[in-house]
Amino acid sequence: MSGDPGYAINVRGLTKRYSGRAVVDHIDLQVRSGRICGFLGPNGSGKTTTIRMLCGLLTPDAGEGTCLGMDIATRAAEIRRQVGYMTQKFGLYEDLSIRENLEFIGRLYEIKDRHSAVDHALERLGLVERQRQLAGSLSGGWKQRLALAACLMHEPKLLLLDEPTAGVDPKARRDFWDQIHQLAAQGITVLVSTHYMDEAARCHELCYIAYGKTLARGTEREIIAQANLVVWSVSGTNLNPLVEPLKKAPGVLSVAAFGNTLHIAGSDALKVEAAISVFRSDAQFQWVRIDANLEDVFISLIGQAQDNFASSAERKPRGGA
Amino acid sequence: MKSFSLGRTLAVFIKEFQQMLRDRLTFAMAFGVPVLQLILFGYAINTDPKGLPTAIVSADNSVLTRSIVVAMQNTGYFHITHDVASEREAEALIELGEVQFMVSIPVDFSRRLVRGERPAILVAADATDPSASGNAIAALGQLTTQALTSDLKGPLQGLNSTPAPFEIRVHRRYNPEGLSRYNIVPGLIGTILTMTLVMLTGIAMTRERERGTMENLLATPVRPFEVMIGKIFPYIVIGYIQLLVILSAAALLFEVPMQGSFLLLFGMIGVFMLANLAVGFTFSTLAKNQLQAMQMTFFFFLPSLLLSGFMFPFRGMPEWAQWIGEALPLTHFLRIVRGIMLKGNDATRVMHELWPMLLFLFAAGVVALKRYKQTLD
Ligand SMILES: Nc1ncnc2c1ncn2[C@@H]1O[C@H](COP(=O)(O)OP(=O)(O)OP(=O)(O)O)[C@@H](O)[C@H]1O
Ligand SMILES: [Mg+2]
Repeated sequence: MSGDPGYAINVRGLTKRYSGRAVVDHIDLQVRSGRICGFLGPNGSGKTTTIRMLCGLLTPDAGEGTCLGMDIATRAAEIRRQVGYMTQKFGLYEDLSIRENLEFIGRLYEIKDRHSAVDHALERLGLVERQRQLAGSLSGGWKQRLALAACLMHEPKLLLLDEPTAGVDPKARRDFWDQIHQLAAQGITVLVSTHYMDEAARCHELCYIAYGKTLARGTEREIIAQANLVVWSVSGTNLNPLVEPLKKAPGVLSVAAFGNTLHIAGSDALKVEAAISVFRSDAQFQWVRIDANLEDVFISLIGQAQDNFASSAERKPRGGA
Repeated sequence: MKSFSLGRTLAVFIKEFQQMLRDRLTFAMAFGVPVLQLILFGYAINTDPKGLPTAIVSADNSVLTRSIVVAMQNTGYFHITHDVASEREAEALIELGEVQFMVSIPVDFSRRLVRGERPAILVAADATDPSASGNAIAALGQLTTQALTSDLKGPLQGLNSTPAPFEIRVHRRYNPEGLSRYNIVPGLIGTILTMTLVMLTGIAMTRERERGTMENLLATPVRPFEVMIGKIFPYIVIGYIQLLVILSAAALLFEVPMQGSFLLLFGMIGVFMLANLAVGFTFSTLAKNQLQAMQMTFFFFLPSLLLSGFMFPFRGMPEWAQWIGEALPLTHFLRIVRGIMLKGNDATRVMHELWPMLLFLFAAGVVALKRYKQTLD
C-alpha cells in the first residue's frame, strides 16, 4: 500500500481527458489528516472533475494515489463509505421532504441509530420545525446547509465539499466555517473548493489550479511569498483611463479593481515602476506600494497561465494529445 | 461489504415510492390509461389468418372421409398438424394452444353417410380469439355440399342433392359467442402493463440523471443491483393495482369470465412485470434524457403490440414476424392470460409459456446491470 497514513489525500499525476482535451492535467494533491485544504481555481479549471476522481466517481486517465490510505483505482467502494461528498449542484431530492431526504441517506449508509441521527442532524441545522417541508421549497442557502448535514450523517473521515457556500449569506457562511473548523479539530480532513478569498484565508493550506494545472500550492503565506509580487495600489476619483494602458505595459501581470482602488502587480519591481511612472506625476492619483494579497497573486497567476495556454494552443491548434 | 444489502434496497424502494406518491401525473397515468384503453379497444380488429394448426381424430378412414379432409385443407384455413387417437388428446392440444381446431370424424361415418343418415363431423374451435377462427368456421359452411360431389357418383348420385350428405357441427370452445372483447381484455392487461411499466422504469434512472441527483446517489455505498431492485418494486405494486383496475373494469363493463385461478394469474403476471421492468431499467441506463427513454419505450412497445398476437392473430403473421413475436414476453403472457381467464388452464398447462418469459427476464436483467455504471464517465 502506497498510502502514507499521515495523508488523507495523496494523489499524483491525476489526469482526466474529455475528447482528447486534458481538463485535469497531472494534478498532485496531498492533504494531511485533520487539515482543511482550500481548492481554488477559475470556472472550468477542473476542480469538480478532480474531486470526482478522488471519490471514484470518475476514472482518471492517468495518475495514482490514495484516499484515506486506500488506492483510488481499486477501492473506490470502500472510499465512498468513509467520504462525505457534497456535490456542487444540489443533489438531494426536491420532491422529498427534508426529513425523508435525511432518512434516505441514513438508510443508504445503514446508520445504526438512524432516527436519532436524523433528529440530531435536524437539530444542528435548526430545521426541526420544517422537517416535513419539501427540500425543493428551501432557499438556496438552506439547501446547501441541508446537503452538508446529509453528507455528515455517516460520520465521514474525509469531506469533499464542492463550493459548499455558493449563494450562502455571510452569517451562515461564518457559521459554516466555524463548523468546518470544529470538524477538523475532531480529526476530519476537509477538501473544500471555493471562489471566496476570505474562505481561502480560513483554510490551513491551499491549492490553486487553472486549465487543469496546479499553479500554486501551500499555505496562504507560502503562496504569497513564492509569487514574489510587487503591488502598487492607486486611488483617485476616476481610475478607468488607467486600466487599459497599464494592462498593456510590459512587466505588468495584472490590473485589478479593489473597491475604490486599483492594484497593479508584476514580478519585476523596476518594470512595474516604469509602467506606472507616466501616471505618478498626475496629482489626482495617490500611489502606495502594498503587500500582495492572495487575490493579487491568483489574478497574476491566472494572467500568466492564460498567456501560456494561449501560446501553447497556437502551437498545437487542435490540441489532441 | 460486497454483498447485497436489503437495507439499502429498502432505502431506494421507500424513496421511490414517496416520489411516486407525490407525482400526480404518473399516478394519473398508472390508473387512467388502463381504463381509457379498455374502453377504446372495445372494438375488434379482424383479420384473416390461414393454415391454422388442426388436430384430426379419425375413427373412420375411408375414401369419403379422406376427401372431406382434403377439402378442408383446400380451403387454406386448416392445416393438419396432429393426427391423434382420441378426442381427449385433441382437446388437450387445444388447451395448450398447440392447435386451433380439432376435427373429429365418428365411427361408422361413411356407412351412415351412404345410407343417407346425414352423419355429423365435429369441429371444435379455440375461439378465445374469434378473429383467428371466424373465417375458417365460415368456410366450413360450403364444404358440406361441395366436398363429396366427385366421390358420390353412380348409385350414390342421389345423395348429392340438398340437404347436404353430411353435417359439420362447430363447437366454439372458451368463447361460445365469439366475442372479441373476451380476447381484447386479457390482451389489454398485457399491453397496458408493457407500456406503463417500461415507460415508468425507463424514466426512473434518467430522471436521477436529469435532476442532478445521480451523482449524489453514486457517491453513496448503494450498489447497482440494489438500485435496480429498489426502483423496480414500487412499479410492481403499481402493476398489480393496474391489474385490479382492469379486471374489475373487465368484469363490470364487458362481463368477461374468469375461468382459472386468480392466484396463478397473479403469479404469472409477476414474472411478466419483472421482465418488462428489467427492459425499462435497461432503457433508463441507456437513455441520456427522459425523452430518449420514452422513444425507446415505444421502440419496444410497438413490436410487442403488433407481433404478440394482440392486434393480429399470431398464426396469421409471416414466419419472421412470428420469430420476433416468440422472443417478446407479451406474446407468451397473452397465451397465459387467455389460457387462465378463458380456458381455465391450471399451472401445468401454462408452464411451457413461462420459460421464455423467465429467459427474457434473465437476459434483460444482465444487460441492465452491465449497463449501470458506478461512475460518471
Ligand atoms: N462530461 C464532460 N464532458 C466533456 N467535458 C467536460 C465534462 N465534464 C467537465 N468537462 C469540462 O471540464 C472542464 C472542467 O470542469 P469542472 O467542472 O471540473 O470545472 P470546475 O473547476 O469545477 O468549474 P466551476 O468553478 O465552474 O465549478 C470544463 O471545461 C468542462 O467543460
Ligand atoms: Mg465545479
